[in-house]
Amino acid sequence: MTMETRSTREALGDALVELGGLDGDVVVIDADAASSTHVKAFADGFPDRYYNVGIAEQNMIEVASGMALVGKKPYATAFSSFLAGRAYDQIRCCVAMPNLNIKLIATHAGITVGEDGATHQMLEDVALMRVLPNMSVMVPADYWSARNMIISSLKSDKPLYVRLGRAEVPMFYSPRDEFAIGGGRIVREGKDVTIVACGIMLFEALKAADILARQEIEAEVIDCYSIKPLPEDLIQSSVRRTGCCVVAEEHNRIGGLCGAVAESLCVNYPVPVRFVAIDDRFGESGTPAELQEYYSIKFREIVGAVAQVWATRRR
Amino acid sequence: MNALERDLELQLRRIAVEVRKDVLRMISIADSGHLGSSFSCVDILVYLYFHLMKVNPAEPDWMERDRFVLSKGHACPSLYAVLARKGYFEREELWNYRKLGSLLQGHPLYINTLGIDAPSGSLGMGAGISCGMAMALKSLSLDSKVFCLMGDGELQEGSCWEAFMTASHWKLDNLFFVIDRNGQQMEGHTEAIKALEPLKRKLESFGLVCFETDGHDFSLIDEAFAQASLAKGPPKAIIAHTKWGRGITLAENGGIPVKASLSRNEVTILLDELNRESMALSEEGR
Repeated sequence: MTMETRSTREALGDALVELGGLDGDVVVIDADAASSTHVKAFADGFPDRYYNVGIAEQNMIEVASGMALVGKKPYATAFSSFLAGRAYDQIRCCVAMPNLNIKLIATHAGITVGEDGATHQMLEDVALMRVLPNMSVMVPADYWSARNMIISSLKSDKPLYVRLGRAEVPMFYSPRDEFAIGGGRIVREGKDVTIVACGIMLFEALKAADILARQEIEAEVIDCYSIKPLPEDLIQSSVRRTGCCVVAEEHNRIGGLCGAVAESLCVNYPVPVRFVAIDDRFGESGTPAELQEYYSIKFREIVGAVAQVWATRRR
Repeated sequence: MNALERDLELQLRRIAVEVRKDVLRMISIADSGHLGSSFSCVDILVYLYFHLMKVNPAEPDWMERDRFVLSKGHACPSLYAVLARKGYFEREELWNYRKLGSLLQGHPLYINTLGIDAPSGSLGMGAGISCGMAMALKSLSLDSKVFCLMGDGELQEGSCWEAFMTASHWKLDNLFFVIDRNGQQMEGHTEAIKALEPLKRKLESFGLVCFETDGHDFSLIDEAFAQASLAKGPPKAIIAHTKWGRGITLAENGGIPVKASLSRNEVTILLDELNRESMALSEEGR
């Protein structure tokens, strides 16, 4: 692909600035990471609606909760490790349980954070957030999906967790594409296998589909940007045609998109399923490219997984 | 105190003993709940809801109201009994506390219960929620205040101190932290388990203006809040020295476990003591 590349986190600053202009109730709560999360653009544009509570993610979520209880529309932003991990009980009790209009936007998720190593490479956040009642979870693949997803989140008055990454990825979508909570999108049609992917793994899935096409296996690739609610009808109708499924994500294979798709399919339409994800391990330092190879989340593993499920597909 | 204030004080004392009776009934019907730490904060709650706070039970979502956050959520029987007496919901509802399907959950669930301004139950979060409320109210140019009632043992949660730093940094002078200093936590005395003292100096060093009072004497509570209200700029902390189980001699003396399960006979004996106090208070008014 020769498209322009940008990271999904870059979309955060741009989306927040647009939201700030759209709605005077939008406030941004930050735990001292504005330069890294790209929230600084909002801080500069709307200084009276930007609150940096310092290095205190638990306090950040509590403050967001208090603001939502008075009618504000808080966007709380931090690195995913410290947002979803450090402040979990606060997210559970002060956001999800009272079902408040709070948007949690986590950056620097996944192994491709790179050199910072295991503490900063959050591979469990989708699982942690997905299991909370009332919480929706979204993982955009590129700049435009991240940007438009965050902007349209203003329409919802429920809790939402959006997972963004640090790695540069192709600008795959157009500025006019829309990404609704609960949605997904077939980005390549095929009849032989369904590949469900999110985040950076969408691009690995598309590369895999190119290779598979040469072997006369037509892969259908779904960008499953909404992990919860899962676009079950979309996935099921594809799998009913293909009879097999591979799920690919930059997350522990336990509890994330892999878990969500497997739970749905085994109940509604059981077919052979394989996962391309982090194999229940923590990360370590390295370049993003090295880490993707080392942790076996490349298009090659998707091609291999497709070969396995295709051979045993449901007919 | 002048005559009117004496009337007011007597009125508040009467309400407080009725609230304690309701709380005892609730916990005895539910056969679970935190009796001692509910009783220690009754007078503070009665003072806030029946005297100081600007609230309107007929319009629970009134934007200009003062906000109340019960950070020590396990003491909710007292808050529920106060809210019922204020008219937020029927007093009959109290007898369903902790029952399946009840509005009145074991710890306050914000979405269920009229009059509850914030969720709580997991300790150490109320102070931070109160900061968010106080910031939002200021940004809306409302002069509403936020009152956050905290347990003393709860102060062992680090998030409380994050919140104090936030309150102080943003000069949230519309925010009052009230600490129910009953000295007890689940496994014993706060000072034996993890000492809080010197608490006042700690709070002051975090930038709060801090007052101490007897948490069972309405005129002293009133004096502390009056002084605190005068301090412009910093957020306020009021350490209310209280007795765990206040109003029931057996509980005050440590004769009732932290999570009480009481026999019907025990409840009758305890209720008798409160009834005697009610009668004494009605005599006092004559």
